[in-house]
Amino acid sequence: MNKISPNLEDAVADIRDGMVVMIGGFGGSGAPIELIHALVERYRKTGSPNALTVVNNNAGNGAIGIAAMIYAGMVARMICSFPRSSDPKAFTDKYLAGEIGLELVPQGTLAERIRAGGAGIPAFYTPTSYGTQVAEGKPVAEFDGRKYVQERWLKADVALVKAELADRKGNLTYHMAAQNFSPLMATAAATTIVQARQIVEPGEIDPEHVITPGIFVDRIVEVPDPKQEEALLREGAQG
Amino acid sequence: MSVKLTNAQIAWRAAQDIPDGAYVNLGIGFPEMVAKFKPEGREVIYHTENGILDFGEAPPVGAEDWDLINAGKKAVTLNPGASFFHHADSFAMVRGGHLDVAILGAYEIAENGDLANWSTGPGSVPAVGGAMDLVHGARRVCVITDHTTKDGRPKLLKLCRLPLTGVGCVTTVYTSLAVIDIVASRFVLREKLAGISFDELQALTEAELVVEGAVKDLIVPEV
Repeated sequence: MNKISPNLEDAVADIRDGMVVMIGGFGGSGAPIELIHALVERYRKTGSPNALTVVNNNAGNGAIGIAAMIYAGMVARMICSFPRSSDPKAFTDKYLAGEIGLELVPQGTLAERIRAGGAGIPAFYTPTSYGTQVAEGKPVAEFDGRKYVQERWLKADVALVKAELADRKGNLTYHMAAQNFSPLMATAAATTIVQARQIVEPGEIDPEHVITPGIFVDRIVEVPDPKQEEALLREGAQG
Repeated sequence: MSVKLTNAQIAWRAAQDIPDGAYVNLGIGFPEMVAKFKPEGREVIYHTENGILDFGEAPPVGAEDWDLINAGKKAVTLNPGASFFHHADSFAMVRGGHLDVAILGAYEIAENGDLANWSTGPGSVPAVGGAMDLVHGARRVCVITDHTTKDGRPKLLKLCRLPLTGVGCVTTVYTSLAVIDIVASRFVLREKLAGISFDELQALTEAELVVEGAVKDLIVPEV
């Protein structure tokens, strides 16, 4: 078993038009910038993959990462909880012009929908959003005297994830708080593609420290000196 | 109106009610200020939605690790005993009733405990983040806010007019003029500034203020 991919280009080569792509990260923390930019580069050269639905907590910042995807024109729809950032122009302009779709999902509901998608649970009930606009049209049920809103699972064709360590079997660790949505997304995508700062031999990651077990990972590419989105933005990076 | 608390003073007052040993989530922006005023000698563990328990103050400029941030995407540090977890666990802490206190900002609060704090209505990009989750689950859901809007209209209402964040969720409101608990769908006045009369306060509050027992003076130091 060897899930290692030779380079970024190969790692994202089979992402096709119209796919649902989950992208790990909370703002810049855990954003797989190199994988995203490989995808943007492919789109700029070939016009594909186009019309993607992107799932992320946010909707891009500045002109790099998801914002670069939006500027390039390859994103048809965002599913996110907070499409604002210090520089949300990429998404805001297209949204107000009606050129990009938005499904707004409360943050915890987004996480749980992804978890459910990965766990084979088609729907669940949550107290979140009961009585609000976000719950309009969704089934409501009462449990033990309290009202809850039904939410459905969320699955993806592909997840892009940034890890700290990986082995060829796909076991992953994460840096600091960079894991956020990634362990959930890895479970909910048909194909999970990982960029890892370092690929180590199986056994070198203590099994007690594995956050994402290898069963959820399909492809790994080593990016030894990964850029951090927030650090890039602060350096004034342009797309 | 001449006398009212500053935002820092409102945050100070809210901080006094956080007990030793509490697990607390502070909303993005103004509520983050509450951490500065934690009384000496109390150990409080802060939760952030993106997956940290027990984070500390901001690091010095230049020492940030941008994978170590809070929900406001500001760099933080870790206290000894901190932990990381993914988002499903993070919101299990929230919805599962494990947090003791959540402190949020507000556009409007209604006497039935409804809160509006995420959308000013159509025309902008809607963004909700974790607010709709946070209002469910914490044992105390506290709001810190100016008592009125910038143009002097009441924020404490009979019913919210803006899109709701949650229904019947707020337990305590700390304003620039008063401390008010929500009990059985009524605003129960606990404390008010000595410089404002009950009638003046009521005139700035759309819904009825109820008095049950003594109303204390709201006393806050210069901070």
